[in-house]
Amino acid sequence: MATRAARKAKKATRQPASHRTWALGYLALAAVMFVVYQYALPWEGLPLPIYDFLQLWLPPTAINEALVYVICALGLNIVVGYAGLLDLGYVAFWAIGGYCAGWFMSNFFEQWNFHGLASVPTTEPGLHINFWLVLVIGGAVCAFFGVVIGAPTLRLKSDYLALVTLGFGEIIPQIFFNGEDINGFNLSNGTKGITRLDPIPTGVKDLGPFDFGSKFVIFVLLAALMVFISLQLRRGRLGRAWLAIREDELAASMMGVPLMRTKLASYAVGAVAGGIGGVAFATHVDGVYAERFNFSISIFLLAMVVLGGMGNVWGVILGAFILAWVNSTGLPALGDTFNTEFGTDIDFPSFTFLLFGLVLILMILFKREGLIPESRLRMVLHEGDADEELKPAQEEKK
Amino acid sequence: MTLSNELVLDASNISVQFGGLLAVNDVSFNIPKKSVVSLIGPNGAGKTTFFNVLTGLYKPSEGKVMFGDREITDLPPHKIASIGLARTFQNIRLFGLMTAEENLLVAMHSHLKSGIASTILRTPRQRKEEKEALDTAREILDFVGIGKWSSEYARNLSYGDQRRLEVARALALKPEILLLDEPTAGMNPQESAVFVDFVHRVRDARDVAILLIEHDMSVVMSVSERITVLDRGEKIAEGTPEEIRSNQRVIEAYLGKAASEGRGK
Repeated sequence: MATRAARKAKKATRQPASHRTWALGYLALAAVMFVVYQYALPWEGLPLPIYDFLQLWLPPTAINEALVYVICALGLNIVVGYAGLLDLGYVAFWAIGGYCAGWFMSNFFEQWNFHGLASVPTTEPGLHINFWLVLVIGGAVCAFFGVVIGAPTLRLKSDYLALVTLGFGEIIPQIFFNGEDINGFNLSNGTKGITRLDPIPTGVKDLGPFDFGSKFVIFVLLAALMVFISLQLRRGRLGRAWLAIREDELAASMMGVPLMRTKLASYAVGAVAGGIGGVAFATHVDGVYAERFNFSISIFLLAMVVLGGMGNVWGVILGAFILAWVNSTGLPALGDTFNTEFGTDIDFPSFTFLLFGLVLILMILFKREGLIPESRLRMVLHEGDADEELKPAQEEKK
Repeated sequence: MTLSNELVLDASNISVQFGGLLAVNDVSFNIPKKSVVSLIGPNGAGKTTFFNVLTGLYKPSEGKVMFGDREITDLPPHKIASIGLARTFQNIRLFGLMTAEENLLVAMHSHLKSGIASTILRTPRQRKEEKEALDTAREILDFVGIGKWSSEYARNLSYGDQRRLEVARALALKPEILLLDEPTAGMNPQESAVFVDFVHRVRDARDVAILLIEHDMSVVMSVSERITVLDRGEKIAEGTPEEIRSNQRVIEAYLGKAASEGRGK
């Protein structure tokens, strides 16, 4: 019995049980989906209605795109959910990550020739670096820019911080948008974008743009990596400092927590996820296109974090998946079905933001803590009126 | 009880100016090692401003603050805290959504070393450090008498326990000086009396010097070894509780001139 108790105590210092359950659930669901998409969908014997249903409501591209959103939303959650810093310019990191993939995995820079363990023959011009290394590079470059952007902006508080991050979120995509000719140097190919990326080497087989099943596995694992990083950091020295800053900045600094460094760390770690997501997205669409990195993505990601449950990785995954799916598939598919059924001609996807706005308002009114709330927040937000009544009494006592 | 000649903190000729207002005017103040000293004064006397200069929240317009051999006048607050000057807040500022022990672990931030990589990988060193930190945190919570609440959220604790937790959190910084900003605010006379013993116990067991800002005169008189009185930004008296009690300028500052004259007759 004693050893059992000891083992239990040892376990308690690791991740709590609920996280392990969720992690297993996440991986099990991913495994089921992989089997469906890799084996059931291409199978000749699959009944046509099921095939049609899956292609209409759950096409593989939509799932993979949603996973990219999951990766980025998990990064934003570190900044917004953990450290409590409102960042409205997160798309900048997504763009930088995307361009890292564009620069280092294509023929774009014809003037240079470099091959780093790439999946293409060395006769190809341009910079060709192995996808896995590019993930690291994309993450590192974004972390660097996170610090560069964060150093001047993180001195600001709440609303001001949000406004300046919004500015950076606009500036960086604009640089890429207009980056065709910077003193004669073509940085980003402007509106034409950079297309045809190198396939992803896996040792067994190189994955092109249409290997949805295998890329699904890669994206699932990248998201899982972000979850792992989030949970580990959260339960350590840095995660506690983030939480303390979220709670009371002044008290945190008076307890020896360096505000700038701690905030910068959250910004940089969040940016790494943005970079990884950007690289993943570039391989998903087999290119980088400046016009895709617009402001609405920052808002979209923020909505995912809020809907899912700020500070809870599992909630954020759910929120990101739901919103990304509604955006890419749910609304268009619903529109098609509705229009054929009733003979109407309504443009459902144009109502996307109307719907999201409505969802956000309803969430704030009725379920402020999100779909799967962080346990700490649930406690506050659910006390509601009882807490309001208690407060004045406590004030008087002071 | 005589005070040690060795000073842990020495603030000399401090002035703080806010626009045209001179909130603190040429105040010199020191804290002897392992002493319990108090700063009192009527509302608006500049106590809190002075306090904020010591903790680095305000930079004085003139004067300097020495902490041992080190000048801390221009250091940022988190640096000052980490080298050994810990404070509590008048209106309790705990991290409410963190457990009692987490509150203490936050205060140990500057003493812990694990970085991002070692935290993600949970290296043996990181685990050992976390475990030791947690043991220290629990030991301090036991010391202030709220050990049984170590994994309770701070906001769920009773008012008195929250006050204790604030002291515990400050002690987790391993300070040489503990600054208590009106610690008995909101306590009844019995609780305040218990608190006086508690302050001495903290000083003796933890080897810290304690600076109190306090309104409750009975607490100040019974706990302090030396009292400094501020009025309108200036130091008007300094001495033992007996000296302060009979000091004419202090009585004037607190009760007004007429009252003190009336008392003189």
